[in-house]
Amino acid sequence: MKKMYSRVIGTGSYLPEKILTNLDLERMVDTSDEWIRARTGIVQRHIAADQQLASDLALEASRRAIDAAGIQPQEIELIILATTTPDMIFPSTACILQDKLGITGGPAFDVQAVCSGFIYALATADMFVSSGKCKHALVVGTEVYSRIIDWTDRSTCVLFGDGAGAVVLTQSNQPGILSSHLHANGSHNKLLAAPGNICGGKIQGTPFITMEGNAVFKFAVKVLEEAVTEAVTANNLQTSDIDWLIPHQANIRIIKSTAKKLGIPMEKVVTTVDQHGNTSAASVPLALDIAVRDGRIQSNQCILLEGVGGGFTWGSILLRW
Amino acid sequence: MENTDIEQRIKKIVAEQLGVNEADVKNESSFVNDLGADSLDTVELVMALEEEFECEIPDEQAEKINTVQEAIDYVNQHTSH
Repeated sequence: MKKMYSRVIGTGSYLPEKILTNLDLERMVDTSDEWIRARTGIVQRHIAADQQLASDLALEASRRAIDAAGIQPQEIELIILATTTPDMIFPSTACILQDKLGITGGPAFDVQAVCSGFIYALATADMFVSSGKCKHALVVGTEVYSRIIDWTDRSTCVLFGDGAGAVVLTQSNQPGILSSHLHANGSHNKLLAAPGNICGGKIQGTPFITMEGNAVFKFAVKVLEEAVTEAVTANNLQTSDIDWLIPHQANIRIIKSTAKKLGIPMEKVVTTVDQHGNTSAASVPLALDIAVRDGRIQSNQCILLEGVGGGFTWGSILLRW
Repeated sequence: MENTDIEQRIKKIVAEQLGVNEADVKNESSFVNDLGADSLDTVELVMALEEEFECEIPDEQAEKINTVQEAIDYVNQHTSH
């Protein structure tokens, strides 16, 4: 039997209208544009309107991806949605998105792997599609981090933004996704967390993001380098064969440090962190969509997606466009 | 391996990581106060030292390495070079 692959046939993304610049943040907390740029590379981030939920951002991104794919929403047989900031405790944001898309029947579920969420979701969808379980899958990363940010904590509130990105995967006898590698090391679960939980109608512990910045930086650079090496080795490639590296957009310093260690020139790295901040599970599909739509990504190119996030989780997906 | 060799290797790494002239890297130089490093630079510097000397520097130890001499002392005491 001929090997089946999954291929991305459409991408879409959405950013909320409201923009929060570093200068705006200077008026909110004791920070400066210069400090934020030097430490993170971030210039501005988008913030969802009060009534906008993760599923609303996801809906806009999904519609654009479905349009780009040239299919009808009814043809989507599977929805996997990655988010750290779901609409509600339950049901899943994937089911709410399915309803907003006006479709029913196929499986829909959320994946929680924080900033690696989209990589986890895409790897999972690839298993369904490439094994023939479904023809078209919608994979979404959507976040409203502004809801879990302590806006008085200058060490974290400058880092994050809201947004969504989506892709449509389809069955194909041409690659497509060539490999996916997922990892986790739960012993580091406290380094980056929003540790609160709900009990008896009250929040126990802090519902805001807490982070040990330097330890996260070190861990991220280390595992992202390993993830890229693992992906290219598994495909008998060299890092020089990668046409575009699309890393999770947490911090330009992490991205540059990883690229430097791997000998990948920054000209081959798609970066959006300056304009979007860290949009967690949405950052990779957002960056992918932007590079597809501005024409950087071309047919038959070798694309490597990689992410690292709370958990800790990390992983990569290598694909031929 | 001679101690002077370790010193030179460390100074070279410091100069490269922090983008400063090797001549400006003295034993008593503080990474932050004299060489313009920020907190992420010092994390990258520790990672570069770990790579060069094939060792792992725990975070609580890394926090105590603030000058070139402290880095030299750490490497001398904790690695087989």
